[in-house]
Amino acid sequence: MCLGIPGKVVDVRDEDGLRMGRVDFGGVRKEACLSYVPEVVPGDYVIVHVGFAISHVDEEEALRTLELLSQMGDLVQQELATMGPGMTAPAVVDDPMPLGAAVAGRVDEAVPRHQAAPGASALRPGARA
Amino acid sequence: MKYLDEYRDGAIARKLVAEIHRVATRPWTMMEVCGGQTHTIVKQGIDEMLPDGIRMIHGPGCPVCVTPLEQVDKALAIAADPRVIFTSYGDMLRVPGSTTDLLSLKARGADVRIVYSPLDALRIAAAHPDREVVFFAIGFETTAPANAMAAWQARELGLDNFSMLVSHVLVPPAMEAILSSPSNQVQSFLAAGHVCAVMGWTEYEPIAAKYHVPIVVTGFEPLDLLEGILMAVRQLEEGRAVVENQYARAVRREGNRLAQETVFRVFEIGDRTWRGIGEIPSSGYRLKPEFARFDAEQRFLVADISTREHPACIAGEILRGTKTPLDCTAYGVLCSPQRPLGAPMVSSEGTCAAFHAAGRGLGPAVRPLTVIGVPPGTSADAGLQRAASEAIAR
Amino acid sequence: MSERSAAVDPLAASCPAPLEEIDRVLLGHGSGGQLSAALLRDVIGPALGDAAPGGPLNDAAVLDVGGQRLAFTTDSFVVSPLVFPGGDIGELAVNGTVNDLAMMGAEPVALSLAYVIEEGLPFDELRAITESVARAARRAGVRVVTGDTKVVGRGAADRLFVNTAGIGLVAGGAAPAADQARPGDAVILSGPIGLHGVAIMSVREGLEFEVEIESDTQPLAGLVAAVVAAAPDVHVLRDPTRGGVASALNEIASASAVGIEIEESAILVPGPVRAACEMLGLDPLHVANEGKCIAIVPGERAAAVVDAMRAVPEGEEAAVVGRVVADHPGMVAIRTLVGSMRIVDMLVGEQLPRIC
Repeated sequence: MCLGIPGKVVDVRDEDGLRMGRVDFGGVRKEACLSYVPEVVPGDYVIVHVGFAISHVDEEEALRTLELLSQMGDLVQQELATMGPGMTAPAVVDDPMPLGAAVAGRVDEAVPRHQAAPGASALRPGARA
Repeated sequence: MKYLDEYRDGAIARKLVAEIHRVATRPWTMMEVCGGQTHTIVKQGIDEMLPDGIRMIHGPGCPVCVTPLEQVDKALAIAADPRVIFTSYGDMLRVPGSTTDLLSLKARGADVRIVYSPLDALRIAAAHPDREVVFFAIGFETTAPANAMAAWQARELGLDNFSMLVSHVLVPPAMEAILSSPSNQVQSFLAAGHVCAVMGWTEYEPIAAKYHVPIVVTGFEPLDLLEGILMAVRQLEEGRAVVENQYARAVRREGNRLAQETVFRVFEIGDRTWRGIGEIPSSGYRLKPEFARFDAEQRFLVADISTREHPACIAGEILRGTKTPLDCTAYGVLCSPQRPLGAPMVSSEGTCAAFHAAGRGLGPAVRPLTVIGVPPGTSADAGLQRAASEAIAR
Repeated sequence: MSERSAAVDPLAASCPAPLEEIDRVLLGHGSGGQLSAALLRDVIGPALGDAAPGGPLNDAAVLDVGGQRLAFTTDSFVVSPLVFPGGDIGELAVNGTVNDLAMMGAEPVALSLAYVIEEGLPFDELRAITESVARAARRAGVRVVTGDTKVVGRGAADRLFVNTAGIGLVAGGAAPAADQARPGDAVILSGPIGLHGVAIMSVREGLEFEVEIESDTQPLAGLVAAVVAAAPDVHVLRDPTRGGVASALNEIASASAVGIEIEESAILVPGPVRAACEMLGLDPLHVANEGKCIAIVPGERAAAVVDAMRAVPEGEEAAVVGRVVADHPGMVAIRTLVGSMRIVDMLVGEQLPRIC
């Protein structure tokens, strides 16, 4: 339904009879109730919704899905290459020139990916007085 | 973020879209019943990348939007009580009741607090034994285990100043109500991934069989949705109608048994009114008699609240998927996220809010990357009319 | 709670449960988004009438005084808690005002410092915050030349409110302003976004989460000087504070009557910021920053400006993130990671953590 995000269990403890734990979501750590996933140990991934882990992430399945998806991508490329006349082409275009390069006139400059750049997740740039 | 980022890969997304285009030979109509999925679809423009014939209808998947007006008005009455600390998930604060909303009440001095988790509400109750703490327990089946645990723990801890205003809704009865409606156009469903993480998908098998509709349990990231849509289209093209699981990394057929046990210890199934739709029998949870003392409705004598809905409103048709926000004369004009008239505009996962946030039908259309484009530089009115007529023609 | 405002006639609207007219200030009016703009436009502006000049809203006012161009600005700081990862209200108060001056191309000359203190605030805290003010002022090369202190009874102010006003000299011909963006311009962002807002949220009661994110509050005069040196004809400078990059770009697009298109893949969002936003259901583009700068410059200057920014510590990760277009004037669009285009809206009111 909504806002269930995957995170890694960091530690587990008991509080007021409930199994609680700290979960790390890509660098943000928050408490969650682990009562519904008693088999989970630190290092496992869970889906957390409103402070409760509701499911244990099956890492093998996750890998399998991703592999299938990337392979499917290759298969599609091969099929497209053999497409004959009369078949509709896909409606989306491929990667146009990165915007930054286009505007700045620098073709060698790749647009940085959305993941954290080196140092971006640490302290702000510049020396701290 | 692991298990999130990988499912947003643009290159794979474009290939999935291409495959959907290749596989679809006929028009198909499908529905998702999950606010989170609606949000991703509209925000990422996934429906705009699909072949013209594939139509996504956004179903009543936002629990905030479908919370019945009576429950909102009861919440307002309880929150106005000076003894009460009223706790709620954030999204409910701006939902309009018959005359006001929780946020306005808060501006007038009511003690209304947003909580991230029902356990936070319990902590507040434990910390303020002299006050009455009420928690607005809304949601689909995904949220039921959390809300159930709150009641369970309240009993374990012997809290006598804690109660819950319950307004749970269930997905399968809503699906059946839609499918059995004479004006139904839905041929396939994407089932909500996290609802199924809790409940499993056994309840959907008889629905798929009885109505001959493919149902694909789907996740929330762009690649999940595209793969789910592809799986549904494949079944439709092949004439199959079974339940498949796209969200294998988080969902098993039997769901989370432990969570289900707790839910059924605390809640029982009852009839529930869905805002904008009407009463669907056996479509909600209510507290079992043994938890009656945690039922805010009984504690605060709010059973006789009368409500007032305007007959001409189309929020109901939007929630049923028979109209889009672009069909509403108030959309973007009288009704906007900053001045919402109805629930689907208030909740950030409501269909109207999702459309508005993505700028659909609000002005000169932004040149999309797909083939159908609107010439740039057109005036706002022309853009709005064109978008509206395109939506109605679909 | 005895007051009840009159309900609007339900037959006048076409949807259920129409809300009563907003006749009082809500928390959302202070968040830097649409509601804030509406408050200025509908209540404060008309009341000021011709006591205030018209024209687009900029970070500071630039006045012609005896042949010199003086920039003048003021800001109040009500951040809670007073001390947060990466800084405190004192540092914020100096940097915020110094940056507003810098965004008009001005070198800061002097600041005023006014305190409204809640009775009961410990001297130690007041001292520590004032020492922060001093450190930040030294770092920004500006002096606090005048001030005021008021004390109010318990409950009448949340511990401490700070106001700073600043004046600066606009030298040379640089005249960046919100209405100067033109089609063909490049939109440059000086670094990663969302740091300040997430740092505050992580220590805000009720949300609390652990994260290694610190506020990015810092003075930007050095960065601005580098930009102006590389592009004396810089069109717009703006620090995206409350309301985030989305609100700032929307304001600029409106004021300049142009469209803006940005690339999701070009915008740097540190991992933990994204994670926090995922968890709370927020859009990083709406989250406040306190040490970032948007520069909109003629397209042909973009490369030089990015190089100049990267040569100073505050701009190490500067990059072109978008461009100004003639299409869809007043609107900002983003190309998403999966390749579609959608509109970037301005923040409406208070960011409510999205739960469902």
